[in-house]
Amino acid sequence: MHKTSSPEDLARIAKQIRRHIVEMTGAAKSGHPGGSLSAVEIVTVLYWDVMNHDPADPKKEDRDRFILSKGHAAPVLYAAMAECGYTPVETLKTLRQLGSIYQGHPDIRFIPSLEASTGSLGQGLSLALGMGLAARLNRSTSRTYVMLGDGEIQEGQIWEAAMFGAYHRIDNVVAIVDYNKLQLDGFVKDIMELEPLAEKWRAFGWHVIELDGHNIPAVQAALAEAAATKGKPTVMIAHTIKGKGVSFMENNPKFHGVPPTPEEVQLALKELA
Amino acid sequence: MATTAPYELKYGAATREAFGRALVEAAQSNPNIVVCDADLSKSTMVHYFAKEFPDRFFSCGIAEANMVALGAGLAMSGKIPFVASFSAFVLTKGFEQLRTTVAYPNVNLKVVGTHSGISIGEDGPSQMSIEDFALACALPGFWVLSPADEVAMKEAVAWAIAHQGPVFIRAGRPKAPLIYSPGTKFELGKAVELRGGSDVTLVATGLLVAEALLAADSLAAEGIAARVLDIHTIKPLDEEAIAKAARETGALVVAEEHLVDSGLGARVSQALAKHTPAPVEFIGVEERYAESGTPDGLLDHYGLRAPQVAAAARRAIARK
Repeated sequence: MHKTSSPEDLARIAKQIRRHIVEMTGAAKSGHPGGSLSAVEIVTVLYWDVMNHDPADPKKEDRDRFILSKGHAAPVLYAAMAECGYTPVETLKTLRQLGSIYQGHPDIRFIPSLEASTGSLGQGLSLALGMGLAARLNRSTSRTYVMLGDGEIQEGQIWEAAMFGAYHRIDNVVAIVDYNKLQLDGFVKDIMELEPLAEKWRAFGWHVIELDGHNIPAVQAALAEAAATKGKPTVMIAHTIKGKGVSFMENNPKFHGVPPTPEEVQLALKELA
Repeated sequence: MATTAPYELKYGAATREAFGRALVEAAQSNPNIVVCDADLSKSTMVHYFAKEFPDRFFSCGIAEANMVALGAGLAMSGKIPFVASFSAFVLTKGFEQLRTTVAYPNVNLKVVGTHSGISIGEDGPSQMSIEDFALACALPGFWVLSPADEVAMKEAVAWAIAHQGPVFIRAGRPKAPLIYSPGTKFELGKAVELRGGSDVTLVATGLLVAEALLAADSLAAEGIAARVLDIHTIKPLDEEAIAKAARETGALVVAEEHLVDSGLGARVSQALAKHTPAPVEFIGVEERYAESGTPDGLLDHYGLRAPQVAAAARRAIARK
């Protein structure tokens, strides 16, 4: 993989990842395309621009770590890791099949270069803070990034972890909320409103950055601001669009957990040409 | 190890106290050991560790779910974390985290539950852990340890540190009767035959090991030779020792400070059903929650004592 800070290059990579997401979930006939598509720019910037990592040496101690706490968005992570060279691109379409390394939710037993097995919501922030503490004890430069779903932060454990992170001043951890405003049963506001979200995180002692999660320079700037923030952890509240990049999937609750049909895959790939 | 000398009841330290001391000792030479606490350090005895190694001690507040997953994160970055709380809390409030974030990816986390059983005493049922073997044994890959006294606890802590994988250690609140002489070595997963005998086998764990030995003495006075096995490792269970006991003594009693339907007794029964069916009687907490009382008063009231173990042995023998 070639690291790049060029927004144009990153946008090209993001488009390729979107194509994989559509094709993978279409082939699997199940999965979560919407919440994968909303996270593409953030994952792309992390893997190609910001994180210190090496697919040839996936367990190097000082690596930066990424945890997809919203594990159902596995397709975005698989596509990124495959394009980086951690895992084969050719078999991405075996997603969710028996024996595939591309399990329904990220599974460290099948892909050891993953940082965590996720899928049960609410746990990734705690894991990330544990890794942050370990890095601090080791005097390591390693930073940990954890992506949370917006619906996910309805889990109480998130707020236990939020208290912990601020109290222990764990400034090498960045939480990123993929705030796409939709969850399985519908709009977040109709299920369990999160607002005022930024105020909540501030009240819990976090440095808060709100941004457009699809604007690559904005994502880069927010991650740089997070790295420069000392003495407290940072949360990026990334306003995103579920299904982003495919017109008929955008903001459509159906595509939380329903894959595109073969015809929809072809339409989507045309839009992502 | 097996002797025929009568058991002399002498109390040593509580197993929670032994845990706290053993952890400090081990941590002197192992910088990777870290501890997470949920506002019970003075009860779980990890406050000794906190005093010696403040930089490696993490106060989580009263938030067990976060504590367990945080510990998993520390473990995944190479630390050897001990997360400690009352057994009733860490295994229940942290269970889903133990399942998905510790057991399923086989994370090297050490979980210590103190104040187990009903012998916690006056605090009552909300704090009593009588289902912890059931919960911990339901987690694939977990070792489940139940040391009977301070010597066994020290060994359990050493095992947990040496083992790469998740471990649960059960500890108690009250002072524990001494079973072993200092320095006794144990083999993980191997029952300790404390007393030889061919008429019946008393299988016990935790505080009930001393009761089983006292029961064996009273049975001996009646001419009944009872074998006594200390099961310090609930999982993996020493099925060989259980099957051998069934073959050689033909009847068994299982005694534990746990719900009878889902603890050691159930696991022993399964082993017997697989290898050597034999009559078994069960001493433990029946299908109910206990109440407040002194630890000794509760053990008496709920029948977790040598006379009940001896009576169960007679029943088991009669069923041969």
